[in-house]
Amino acid sequence: MAGFDKRVSSYEEALAGLKDGMTVISGGFGLCGIPENLINEIKRQGIRDLTVVSNNCGVDGFGLGVLLEDRQISKVIASYVGENALFEKQLLSGEIEVELTPQGTLAEKMRAGGAGIPAFFTATGVGTPVADGKETREFKGRAYLMEESITGDFAIVKGWKADHFGNVIYRHTAQNFNPLAATAGKITVVEVEEIVEPGELDPTQIHTPGIYVDRIICGTFEKRIEQLTERS
Amino acid sequence: MALSREQMAQRVAREMQDGFYVNLGIGIPTLVANYIPEGMEVMLQSENGLLGMGAFPRVGEADADMINAGKQTVTARTGASIFSSAESFAMIRGGHIDLTVLGAFEVDVHGNIASWMIPGKLVKGMGGAMDLVAGAENIIVTMTHASKDGESKLLSRCSLPLTGAGCIKRVLTDLAYLEIDNGAFILKERAPGVSVEEIIRKTAGKLIVPDHVPEMQFA
Repeated sequence: MAGFDKRVSSYEEALAGLKDGMTVISGGFGLCGIPENLINEIKRQGIRDLTVVSNNCGVDGFGLGVLLEDRQISKVIASYVGENALFEKQLLSGEIEVELTPQGTLAEKMRAGGAGIPAFFTATGVGTPVADGKETREFKGRAYLMEESITGDFAIVKGWKADHFGNVIYRHTAQNFNPLAATAGKITVVEVEEIVEPGELDPTQIHTPGIYVDRIICGTFEKRIEQLTERS
Repeated sequence: MALSREQMAQRVAREMQDGFYVNLGIGIPTLVANYIPEGMEVMLQSENGLLGMGAFPRVGEADADMINAGKQTVTARTGASIFSSAESFAMIRGGHIDLTVLGAFEVDVHGNIASWMIPGKLVKGMGGAMDLVAGAENIIVTMTHASKDGESKLLSRCSLPLTGAGCIKRVLTDLAYLEIDNGAFILKERAPGVSVEEIIRKTAGKLIVPDHVPEMQFA
């Protein structure tokens, strides 16, 4: 790696250092904007006992769902885990632990984690099972929960375009959790559809500044659609 | 006659105002988008990071990178913006959404809502519902008044784990439009042909019935 050139040439290299028992934060919402190839590489390497932080856990046979097939995930922190029969089976049998987290709280946990804020207060979840065991405090007459932030050993991110400096832009709603995940990994790996020439990305339009990114790789993507809905 | 899903959506749409930013939940709330009054401009927010959700794409034009929170392929209307999930929930939590419409299993006279978890059944998660009910001032819950077995869903106290506490003020069921105030449901309107007696019978929580309860009108 020379200077700010963060490009790596293989997926093996992209995930070098990922080990059993680590925490991986993943971008994506449903199957939209998920780091497909990085997930597949985790499967190929057979890394186990992972804690995965992601809004969802893929579907059977695609996305993070593929890591369930060989029981590589021991814990998931997510807001919604439906649409996945294998996940349900492993949850009911106790093979996998799930920590359900409100979607906005999950996003803020990642954002705060990346921003060096250890915890924050939110009204989300007050009076619900999410509040169990958590500190609540009153501000201006309203109760708020203390939620701790999240960081990961690795963050895996799907971008649209990047330059070799690691500046990234996302396409449409494939942005979702990706820029938050990108800030919260000790090692952040971004896979993109295109690596462009330096200077091609407009500095005012960058979603993820390169300082957050450690490794960049260019891949090809299936981009599976979960609910194809067209105008009748 | 109980309201159809379409009629429920139609009734909720009358609560829209020109210039509103609105978040619509999955199910009946989604149908509300079809009944926004002519000449009124409303911006729909989808919590995966889209403000200004447009129509479904034309056949063959769906884009995997362009979805709503229900994971359906959608388009963005003119004036739309797209952003991260943290930004999206900053809008929601920060009280910037003018109206939120969502479904529920139960609501009670204290404004509590239960919509995400049935103990003993598989729990799939709350998604963004807890953030939405905690953040919005103006929420309308849409649900059937009673279960298929006739059990009321409008209770003195929710029996299921809560999605939010003390945050619901308005409920539209297939039988009635009600407001919640001061520890009671207040019957404001009834579905066409539905008697006040039927609503009383199917409401388990304290219900205040004014002298005159107008019937909803549908074109």
